[in-house]
Amino acid sequence: MDRDKSQAYWRANTALIRNLLIVWALVSLIFSILLVEPLNAIQLGRVPLGFWMAQQGSILTFVVLIFIYAVQMDRLDRKYGIRK
Amino acid sequence: MSVELWTIGFVALTFALYLYIGWRSRVRDSSGFYVAGQGVPPIANGAATAADWMSAASFISMAGLISFLGYDGSIYLMGWTGGYVLLALLLAPYLRKFGKYTVPDFVGDRYYSNIARLVAVVAALFVSLTYVAGQMRGVGIVFSRFLQVDVATGVIIGMVIVAFFSVLGGMKGITWTQVAQYCVLIVAFLIPASAIALLLTGNPIPQLAFTFSDIVANLNQVQLDLGFQEYTQPFANKTQLDVLFITIALMVGTAGLPHVIVRFYTVPDVRAARYSAGWALLFIALLYTSAPALATFARYNLINSLHNQTIEEVRQLDWANKWERTKLLAFDDKNNNGRFELTPDQTTNEITIDPDIIVLSTPEVARLAPWVIAIVAAGGLAAALSTASGLLLVISSSVAHDIYYRIIKPDATESQRVFVGRIMVGFAVALAGYFGINPPGFVAQVVAFAFGLAAASFFPVIILGIFDKRTNREGAIAGMVTGLLFTIFYIVGVKFSGMTPWFFGVSAEGIGTLGMIINFIVTIVVSRLTPPPPLAVQEMVEDLRSPSGELPPEAVH
Repeated sequence: MDRDKSQAYWRANTALIRNLLIVWALVSLIFSILLVEPLNAIQLGRVPLGFWMAQQGSILTFVVLIFIYAVQMDRLDRKYGIRK
Repeated sequence: MSVELWTIGFVALTFALYLYIGWRSRVRDSSGFYVAGQGVPPIANGAATAADWMSAASFISMAGLISFLGYDGSIYLMGWTGGYVLLALLLAPYLRKFGKYTVPDFVGDRYYSNIARLVAVVAALFVSLTYVAGQMRGVGIVFSRFLQVDVATGVIIGMVIVAFFSVLGGMKGITWTQVAQYCVLIVAFLIPASAIALLLTGNPIPQLAFTFSDIVANLNQVQLDLGFQEYTQPFANKTQLDVLFITIALMVGTAGLPHVIVRFYTVPDVRAARYSAGWALLFIALLYTSAPALATFARYNLINSLHNQTIEEVRQLDWANKWERTKLLAFDDKNNNGRFELTPDQTTNEITIDPDIIVLSTPEVARLAPWVIAIVAAGGLAAALSTASGLLLVISSSVAHDIYYRIIKPDATESQRVFVGRIMVGFAVALAGYFGINPPGFVAQVVAFAFGLAAASFFPVIILGIFDKRTNREGAIAGMVTGLLFTIFYIVGVKFSGMTPWFFGVSAEGIGTLGMIINFIVTIVVSRLTPPPPLAVQEMVEDLRSPSGELPPEAVH
């Protein structure tokens, strides 16, 4: 890969990482800890939403984030000709 | 058949399976010994990572801690799973591309310095030893209750098994054994969780039973009636800032744990490393979303079966008597009214429950079949032993590979290196056994230290090593040393010398976050004040960032 192309690939990679980490921080640090009390005023099923985010929702989001990363990186690898 | 017979049966059966797999995957070369020949498929590596990392603390202690902490227990749930996102996005693909054997190897090469390598080895040893000490109490608890042997005997049995398959099979043996151990531990965790969910709510899926039944609401009410805070009440035990700091320390610590990172060296390529992190977290999430459900059910059930019961009624409970003998459950009728009462006030509370017994006792409290109780014991052992073996390999490879081969004797032959690796595993087993017999404390707490230390030492230098080309040798060494020293100073000060937590009241468990920030700042500042790394190193970083070079380049589609 030439220099420009590899830099473009790296930029696309770090942009993807940044976006996914924003979601990561939002569900865990922001929703589940800093904003847990206001969110607890809302019910999800029979439990307070903030509590549910902290104990179930954030974990489920984490799993999805990693698979999104793997699939998006596959796409990026194809686009930059790293793999078929 | 009695619980004890079932337990011996299951434990013998699963141990025989582990030994068979260890024997089948025995290795001769150092690549097989340290990184399983880099041929482990992503799903299998995901299961092995899950087992490697879900320790006795996750299996035995975590649900119990959540049960007592309520909302505040979320620090463990989010902390330990959130770290995988950092690991998958920021570390795993690049370390796999780097493609050597250990974390200190990366640090040593990236920072072109044997001093950096040595600091990383010391940090790896520190983290692994702290962590392995936590595992051994887990093994001790399971054996002392279910095989009715004393703790020392139980630990020695466990150590012999671990030694056998790690000395013989190295990473390859450990990997396939851990895949089997994952299966055992997840089945062992889900059966009672599902059975108790069905019993209490009529829904066998713990996660759904937890969210859509009124069990959480009922528990909130029971807690209020007894004078406790609501179960879902945030920050009842810890301040908001402390919860935030502990969660971050556990997240970053997870991403910096040497025995977890090394698992990503064992897959065939960068793409496999990305998917393998996803599989690992999916497998972990199966347990980690069931645990808070189990914690709620267990707390509700335990209060209902013990609180305000007469002494005669409690004495008829077989499980209560057996746990009382281990001193992890204690009754004391302080007001002599013939009933045991659970209250938040230590001076009037008459029932003392050690959080470590929640998971192990739940099937008995819920009167599940004896074989369920036995399979939980086998699962707890699988969790403790798989983590212990992963850690022992990190300890041995840190010494045998990073110190002996890379620093002391670079011309060592293949067979000399594997031999030294095996000797070091034996030595590490003996050390772990000593800690098991003389445990330094509470499982999850001790493990929390390891996370804080990992957060404060490795994470910044690895991240900067990949994402900032300008970070140099001087910065990395200074950062690791200050981060580690500060964190050790604070933890030891608060935990052992009665120092008050002076940083906004942040507890010893959460201080790793500050240690990490200090490490980042020191590394960046010192790097900018000293010469940039050599060109060859900058090119190496460039190369790390591209997954190509190990697969044939293909035309753009």
